[in-house]
Amino acid sequence: MGGVLVRPIILTVLIYLFLKFIVPILPHSAPLPSSLIFLYLMLTTAGIVIFETLSGASKDAFFGPIFRFLTGESGGALSSARYLVLALFPLLVGWQTYGSTASSDAPPAENRTIHPAPPGEYTGLSNPVPKTPDNIMYGKGLYASRCSPCHGNFDGKGFAATGFTPPPANFKDPTTIAMLQESYLFWRIKRGGVGLPVEGMPWKSAMPRWELELSDEDIWKVIMGEYDGAGQKPRTWDESE
Amino acid sequence: MMHQGPMITNQGRELAGRAVFLTGCVALLGLVGAVDMALAQESVAAQAPTAYRDLPLIGSRNLVWIIAQLHLLLAGFVLGVPIFAWLCEIVGWKSGDKRYDKLAKEFTKLLTSSYATTALFGGILLFLLIGFYPKLMAYLTDIFFPSFLVYCALFLVETATLYLYWYGWDAMSEGNGKKFHIFLGLLLNVFAFFIMIVPNSWATFQASPVVLAEGTDFERAWAATWNPTWWPVNIHRLIANVVLGGYICGAYAGIRYLSAKSQEERYHYDWMGYVGNFIGVFGLLPLPFAGYWLMREIYQYNQQMGITLMGGFLSWLFILQAMLIGVLFLGSNYYFWLGITHRIPGSEAQYRKPIMAMLIILLLCLAVWMTPHSLVASLAEAQQMGGTHHPLLGVFGVMSAKMTVSNLMVLVTFMSFIMYWRAGKQDTAGWAKVAKAVMGAVLALAGIAVIILGVWGYFVPAIIRINYFSTSQVGIVIFVMLTITPLTALLLKSAKTTTEMVWGKMPPRAGYALVLNAIMVILLMTLMGYARSSSRVHWHVYGVMRDSSQYAFSPALGYAAALMALNTFLFCMLVAFIFWVATMGDKAKAAAASAKGSVEPGTIPAMAGGSQALDEPAPDAAQQNRPV
Repeated sequence: MGGVLVRPIILTVLIYLFLKFIVPILPHSAPLPSSLIFLYLMLTTAGIVIFETLSGASKDAFFGPIFRFLTGESGGALSSARYLVLALFPLLVGWQTYGSTASSDAPPAENRTIHPAPPGEYTGLSNPVPKTPDNIMYGKGLYASRCSPCHGNFDGKGFAATGFTPPPANFKDPTTIAMLQESYLFWRIKRGGVGLPVEGMPWKSAMPRWELELSDEDIWKVIMGEYDGAGQKPRTWDESE
Repeated sequence: MMHQGPMITNQGRELAGRAVFLTGCVALLGLVGAVDMALAQESVAAQAPTAYRDLPLIGSRNLVWIIAQLHLLLAGFVLGVPIFAWLCEIVGWKSGDKRYDKLAKEFTKLLTSSYATTALFGGILLFLLIGFYPKLMAYLTDIFFPSFLVYCALFLVETATLYLYWYGWDAMSEGNGKKFHIFLGLLLNVFAFFIMIVPNSWATFQASPVVLAEGTDFERAWAATWNPTWWPVNIHRLIANVVLGGYICGAYAGIRYLSAKSQEERYHYDWMGYVGNFIGVFGLLPLPFAGYWLMREIYQYNQQMGITLMGGFLSWLFILQAMLIGVLFLGSNYYFWLGITHRIPGSEAQYRKPIMAMLIILLLCLAVWMTPHSLVASLAEAQQMGGTHHPLLGVFGVMSAKMTVSNLMVLVTFMSFIMYWRAGKQDTAGWAKVAKAVMGAVLALAGIAVIILGVWGYFVPAIIRINYFSTSQVGIVIFVMLTITPLTALLLKSAKTTTEMVWGKMPPRAGYALVLNAIMVILLMTLMGYARSSSRVHWHVYGVMRDSSQYAFSPALGYAAALMALNTFLFCMLVAFIFWVATMGDKAKAAAASAKGSVEPGTIPAMAGGSQALDEPAPDAAQQNRPV
């Protein structure tokens, strides 16, 4: 098939093996979904094609063996392999088409929006409770009794966390509450999972509607306690806040 | 029952026949009268003013969507091209190089032929808006009437200036005439800029309205015009128009190059393609920063709108955007690299390794940029990850990572251009070694600083990242450009040319890369235009006038993507038609010249099978040619 083709094939396989088997065993990691592996492999393929077609010579060296193989110029045992490929390729396309269109009992791929937009009435709200040590401590107390069973020590690892899919949010992760304004948390705590819009898949959140148990003031205090405990700061537009 | 069967069957057939007949009549009537009925559906209710009208089959919103998108794309081209046509003319005038003047004129020819179509689509859009959304248009007219008048006046002077600029090109080609012509070009751009920002105020008002309850008409119009997202959109569109114009001119040159039958044509369109790509890249470098500023302003204006765009149901569009921009960056760099390996004979071996390094950095950056925060995963995969957010790679899904990689990609693309600029030249200045060491150090330190700020951005409050870290990253990249560009220019002043550039030797895939870049830009504009418009969700004017039509819902992303693709296709067809008409005369002249035997016999256009010859090694320096 030509030596020039061997390196790209080895590279692609190595990247696939790395993504499929090495990434999941890295510390604090998990298996990658196939959509992401496919995306990275497409990028790899694009990179290989770009690099190998930079000059006429490299393009011919790269595509030459493929053309010769497909046109039957290679001869010898490769001719039989060519017939095999030409026969198998339509079958592969057919199998792929069947696989993507046939009805299946597998649930569809999930593209849940973790942070959907809040309703208009919650935007622009600011925390009316003074940020005093007492209020923060009070909020942490409420957090300990109401939230920590699931959200744990602000890390999403409460004793009940393993019972939920998706798991409770990890507030210490810089991509969660640190990206949001306090008013967003107020909405999520107050209205709970059922208050999520469709793209947030309300049926996938077990978060209770805390408005049934906590006053607005207490919710604001919980928010202060949450940020303080997680070592994060809410998103603001004023540096002094 | 058995005996009644045939009778029932016959009656059934008769009934069915009548039903079919009646249905046919109704359908016919429906077809004949549908438009009238739809257009007049509420006019009979004289008591209440008509708020909406609809169109059968296609629907009013879809029609307005298509026409508005085509108008905006045409307008982007028409307003972007004069900027660099004028700059090319100045370069030609100052340097005395007639190539630039010819190029500027060719750009302007494309502009002139597109101008009327743009205005035509603007007129159609206006009629459709008045017809389909009378209540909204009455409201907007009430606020913006003074600026409507300004817009009309601007259109008059812009048209007059364009006529003078185009038709006076040859008459004003020398001496003071040329100076006046260049002044006309300046006026053309000034009027074009105002023509862009006035309607921008209407569109941005819908997203971030400022409504004065009291005041004169002028005061209310001015307050509404100067709304929070007006200037961010103005700057973003100004740059995007240059990018669009550059890449479309590049695509035009690419197609002309592919269909060229003579070496002379190949030289010219190869060079024009290079200039088009350069202009596109030149605009592309600051575009992410302008986009970031716009999104920041939107988020600050309204949290709901900001999250809808970047975290909510529209956030998937930003992953598509990353893919399209990624292809654009790859396509532009690929074109530069092809230029090095094909226009500068013998340079391939020297630059293969640096190109590979840049390609790997670009691909890694792209991988980060394309990684969503919430991943598409099956139920089993989501369970393994503990949700749709990957515990390790999920950090790539937020702005700190995206800003970092976009800055790195801009740096790599800039260095691609610098490499192309320096290729085939040998430094002779005594201080060249020091200068190269300084440039290398600046580049390396800048790259490291951008990455450090990006990682640090995860550990500081969002406002510190947004106000200081992201802006510092942009500042660092700009500093690199402002340092390396003049240093390179100084070095090249005294450099010895070892290998002259050979034009007209690019392989056909270079032409296709130019076309691909143009399509990516058009798709990007249709995508982000939809995002900007959809972020208002069910409001005509955000928080002020609610959309109460049957189309108040946000279309599904797949549906929207289909319309974006359709709009891109229609725009490409439209531009192809306009350019075909505009270049008819040239082709007739070329045919006449061919008949006289001036075209090399047996020359085959690249796209008609003559491509292989263009991939052969370039001739040596003795056979070099310059574009004419």
